[in-house]
Amino acid sequence: MNRGPTATRIWGVVLVGCVFALTILGYFYTPYEPHEVRVLERFQPPSGEHLLGTDHFGRDIFSRILVGGRISLLIGIGAVFLGSVLGTTLGLVAGYRGGAWEEGIMRISTSIQAFPSILLALLFATIWEPGIQVVLWSVSIGNIPNFLRLTRNQVLSIKKRPYIEAARALGARDWRIMLRHIIPNLRDALLVQFTVSLAGAILVEASLSYLGVGIQPPTPSWGRMLREAQNYTSLAPWTLFPGLFIAVTVIGFNLLGDSWIFRRDDVLKRE
Amino acid sequence: MKKYLVQKTGGFLLTAIVVSIVTFLVLQVLPGDPARLMLGTEATPEVYARVRHELALDQPPLGRYLNWFWGFLRGEWGNSWRYSMPVRGLALQAFPLSFSLGLSAVGLSLLVAIPSGISMAIKPASLLARALSVATQVSFGLPQFWVGLLLIQVFAVELRLLPAGGNASPLGLLLPTLTLALPRSAILGRFMRAGMSEAMQQDYVRTARAKGLAGGVVIYKHALRNGVLSVFTIAGLQFAQLLAGTIVIEQVFGLPGVGQLLLAGVFQRDLPLVQALVMVIVLFILLFDLLFDLGLGLLDPRIRYE
Repeated sequence: MNRGPTATRIWGVVLVGCVFALTILGYFYTPYEPHEVRVLERFQPPSGEHLLGTDHFGRDIFSRILVGGRISLLIGIGAVFLGSVLGTTLGLVAGYRGGAWEEGIMRISTSIQAFPSILLALLFATIWEPGIQVVLWSVSIGNIPNFLRLTRNQVLSIKKRPYIEAARALGARDWRIMLRHIIPNLRDALLVQFTVSLAGAILVEASLSYLGVGIQPPTPSWGRMLREAQNYTSLAPWTLFPGLFIAVTVIGFNLLGDSWIFRRDDVLKRE
Repeated sequence: MKKYLVQKTGGFLLTAIVVSIVTFLVLQVLPGDPARLMLGTEATPEVYARVRHELALDQPPLGRYLNWFWGFLRGEWGNSWRYSMPVRGLALQAFPLSFSLGLSAVGLSLLVAIPSGISMAIKPASLLARALSVATQVSFGLPQFWVGLLLIQVFAVELRLLPAGGNASPLGLLLPTLTLALPRSAILGRFMRAGMSEAMQQDYVRTARAKGLAGGVVIYKHALRNGVLSVFTIAGLQFAQLLAGTIVIEQVFGLPGVGQLLLAGVFQRDLPLVQALVMVIVLFILLFDLLFDLGLGLLDPRIRYE
């Protein structure tokens, strides 16, 4: 049984590491200028010159992939961070206060859950211009319920433990108990949720950019590249390469999250 | 059971109202002025004033909300701004396709998930089980639209076996169904494996084995019945979520379903269309959640008293 988690962790670290390495590389070096249009070199198949070929404007696909990952990662991390802060705060209040606060907050959570992230994004895209803000808000709001439920359930089980009682008996205030005694206990669970949510966020961002309501040109993004590739795939199937990088990123983060769950279980077993 | 029923149904109604308020606020109040959204910046003041009046924008928001929600419940979903025809007619044309796509995708996922889940539960260390668990992990991470594009590339462009889409014939729905079924069968397979391994550890399974029943009988007559329960409930929830999930796939395959209609509404800022479609999809999801809860309560009395 021990080999499974280790293999999961290694694969997760390797895949995520590769994606980060390529993204960082993109800041310093790309084989070609990613925006440079060379009409004469359009639809070049992969070769020594163009590693992954060129697109309908003759732009080097590998260069664009190197640059296109950063926006996905940045938006993913930003949106999940925002969602986790909001969700955790609401979850703390709901679990700690209980009563009408809990009722109200849980109702909001159920209502948000009825909106899949894509649907929320389409709502926002109707009233705003399509773009980064649409992805950012829909993904972060869509992630609130995950963090909220997780936090609330943990708080409910933690707050009855003796050391919380002891802290209160010593005169600690509510916010101090939350920050010093409850949040540290949540850290591992939140970390796992963050990683898994990040994988989901990158997938949603790619889908939205593919639909045309996410990242807009000229900013290169993997999802948007696939949208543009769609019309030319029969002519130039290599334009589908960006999808491979989305997949590797998402699978990597998922594996990383899974391996942390395993590790948590290991720790629990040893106790 | 009665108390449980009332409690769950009450929760459903309350959530439905919250959801309708959110939808209304986002589309009608947040942008400030829907008339501007509809007309753009170049309309004359007279046209602008007339449109505001026609859309009842000169009324207070609460009245507008109540009006709209009451109309929505009675099936009066207003007129689409761009198509100049009733939203309901447009929706009724589009829904059957998305429904059948969702149904066939969930059906196919069940067909794949149940046997593979059983085999993973019975022989967790076998090569097949390991391969399946890797396949599960991978199919979670694949962007669906990319899978769709790849399938088109292989089966329509290279092999010329299947249509690339654009039509709703059974053959044309094959590739979109496959695309949608892939990650869902992975999820269902996981639940199937978990449900089965739990069922296999129950006392009655041991009793069945102890009295000398053949392994196959124990697995398929005793364990499967309990193991498969959670899978069906999850499949129901997935089906509800699929109405939103088909949006991307309809774009890939050019299928004229709800997703395409909604997307057109979004790009053309057709508020009544977007508002009605989003409400229908969300209410549908909530309704399935309710049915799921009620069904679970019916099957497992312990849940009712939690």
